[in-house]
Amino acid sequence: MSEITYLEAIREALFEEMDRDRNVFCMGEDIGAFGGAFKVTEGLLAKFGEQRVIDSPISEIALVGAAAGAAHMGLRPVVEMQFIDFIANAYDMLTNYVATARYRAFLPCPMVVRGPSGGYVRGGPFHSQNPEAGFLHTPGLKIVYPSTAADAKGLMKAAIRDDDCVLFFEHKYLYRRVKDVMPDGDHVVPIGKARVAREGSDVSIVTYASTVWKALEAADLLAAEGISVEVIDLRSLAPMDDEAIFRTVKKTNRLLIVHEDTRTGGMAGEITARVNETCFAWLDAPVLRVTAADIPLPYAPALEDYVLPQTADIVRAVRRLTAY
Amino acid sequence: MAKARTGRATPANGARPSDALSRERKLELYYWMKLTRQLEERLVNLYRQTKVVGGLFRSLGQEADAVGSCFALEQRDVMSPLIRNLGAMLVKGATPVEVLKQYMAKADSPTRGRELNIHFGDIGAAGVTRGFLGQISPLGDMVPVMTGVTMSFKMRGEDRVGLVYVGDGATSTGAFHEGINFAAVQKCPLVVIVENNGYAYSTPTHKQTAARFFVDKAIGYGVLGLQADGNDVLATYDVTKTAVDHARAGNGVALVELITYRRKGHAEHDNQSYVPAGEIEKWAEENDPIDRYVRVLLDEWGATDSELAAIDARILREIDEATDLAELSGTPDAREALLGVYAEPPAEQPLWFRRDVDAESLAYGQERPESWGTWSADGAKRA
Repeated sequence: MSEITYLEAIREALFEEMDRDRNVFCMGEDIGAFGGAFKVTEGLLAKFGEQRVIDSPISEIALVGAAAGAAHMGLRPVVEMQFIDFIANAYDMLTNYVATARYRAFLPCPMVVRGPSGGYVRGGPFHSQNPEAGFLHTPGLKIVYPSTAADAKGLMKAAIRDDDCVLFFEHKYLYRRVKDVMPDGDHVVPIGKARVAREGSDVSIVTYASTVWKALEAADLLAAEGISVEVIDLRSLAPMDDEAIFRTVKKTNRLLIVHEDTRTGGMAGEITARVNETCFAWLDAPVLRVTAADIPLPYAPALEDYVLPQTADIVRAVRRLTAY
Repeated sequence: MAKARTGRATPANGARPSDALSRERKLELYYWMKLTRQLEERLVNLYRQTKVVGGLFRSLGQEADAVGSCFALEQRDVMSPLIRNLGAMLVKGATPVEVLKQYMAKADSPTRGRELNIHFGDIGAAGVTRGFLGQISPLGDMVPVMTGVTMSFKMRGEDRVGLVYVGDGATSTGAFHEGINFAAVQKCPLVVIVENNGYAYSTPTHKQTAARFFVDKAIGYGVLGLQADGNDVLATYDVTKTAVDHARAGNGVALVELITYRRKGHAEHDNQSYVPAGEIEKWAEENDPIDRYVRVLLDEWGATDSELAAIDARILREIDEATDLAELSGTPDAREALLGVYAEPPAEQPLWFRRDVDAESLAYGQERPESWGTWSADGAKRA
């Protein structure tokens, strides 16, 4: 079997799930005849028709709200945010309406909101954000953010089948850069389970999405210096695989958290707190984090590279950890 | 604010949908309006006895718009109400005991104590429910949600209509605009009712919109726009029935403006200091929807005083029974607060400090390894 890209993997998941379950349908801006801004939905309209591949007005609030209404009635909508940055428009609908629906009104919300996220592509502001932490704070939402093509497919299938609302972040830098041979059969990756991307014994790096690849690069460089790095790819941010995090901390006693999102109030702070509460006794060094600076993402390559975490930053942080 | 028109508009062909309602059905409209008013009066008593847990929201003077409009729906249709649509909820099948338990935050209230007032629903994917939806407080949001509900009807070829109520305030939100626009483009079988009751909390309509009437917005969305006197229950029924028939026939969205007046404050705590003197009294004296309908029933439809008195007695009996039942119910078990956020509950709640304290402190103390807090000064890795 041949390899397919991260983007093709997501598309394959959409085709397979829409084939499998008539209740699955897609909505979004320019997702029909155009196939989406990044062509994730290319070919869906031809196969499934206008009833199940709905080209929408520029209305993120309406898309998310309509998805919730349809989900209440037993359908399984998949909504595309053209760029995930635009999910901010639907923040009220997601946090006030969708996230509370089951708890306060026993209304099931089996829906997926997916979209291209992240930087390293010179997209500038409004086309490069990582808004996951903003939703981590809201009970009732699930969040996944895969780093490999196989996970992108498996997690998308799991998200569509999930009985709650899943925010599915896709990294646009990885869309056409990473590939996998898809596992045989019905490939579903369970939500809430982290993956050991690389085994190691000296330092743990907990990360997800694009920075998994930078962490692996750093681990290669550090191996040459005799430092063995374990890399944990979270895959799911909510629910988070606490056990996998605690296991690696107890194994290596040093933890670096790496993410592309900005620093303050980010995922790393939450992970640090959990480790502090549960396995402080195993730590030989303070938990460190490598993240983007607290800056709206700039456009010029020199500026973007400086703001976003780079492999060299990870190498430096690991060296600092091992120096304790 | 816009003045409500009195009297009923006569359609071009002379026939009103309400003309087809039987005498029995016309008396039923009286029952629902009076039940609404009496149930709220009972809630006021319970509120003063501090038995209502949170705020109390009245629909005094608006009973006709809620009851008449919802009366135009079929059982299979789905409706999303406002806090001032108790009447619509009752017509759609909510019971007084549910409403009382909900306000009193009882363990067996429709939302088990998780939500307040009439923020509860009964809707199922299978469609075998009473078909009303638990709304949230940013009410404009319910328009997109009902767009999705009605989109599902269309996708499945189901002969069902959705009706969503918003107030003049919600029309100012982006969600209202996005929802109605998307539904219009998709030709969803959706009826949007704008209850123009003069105030959104304390903000009068002229500070909410520069539009002369909300119904004028229908032109901008390319949908059917209808307007009626919301204090005339038959006019309200007529206009909504026309909108519902339009939507059910596959013609898409209808926007209905019902002009009414909110005689009480936003909630019971609101002293209405912002209302011009005499305005409330004028509406109460000249334009009470129940008084008006009683005159119609007696003068035009041959109802008798004793018939109406019998309905009143039945309502009182029902509310008494419901109050007794609601008062007997207990308060929710606090631990249930943690359940039901997700379809599958998390294996463990993270609030370790709420677990058994003795067992916990023991376990944490024993887990601490001997080498904790030590590292070599030169940074070499500890063995």
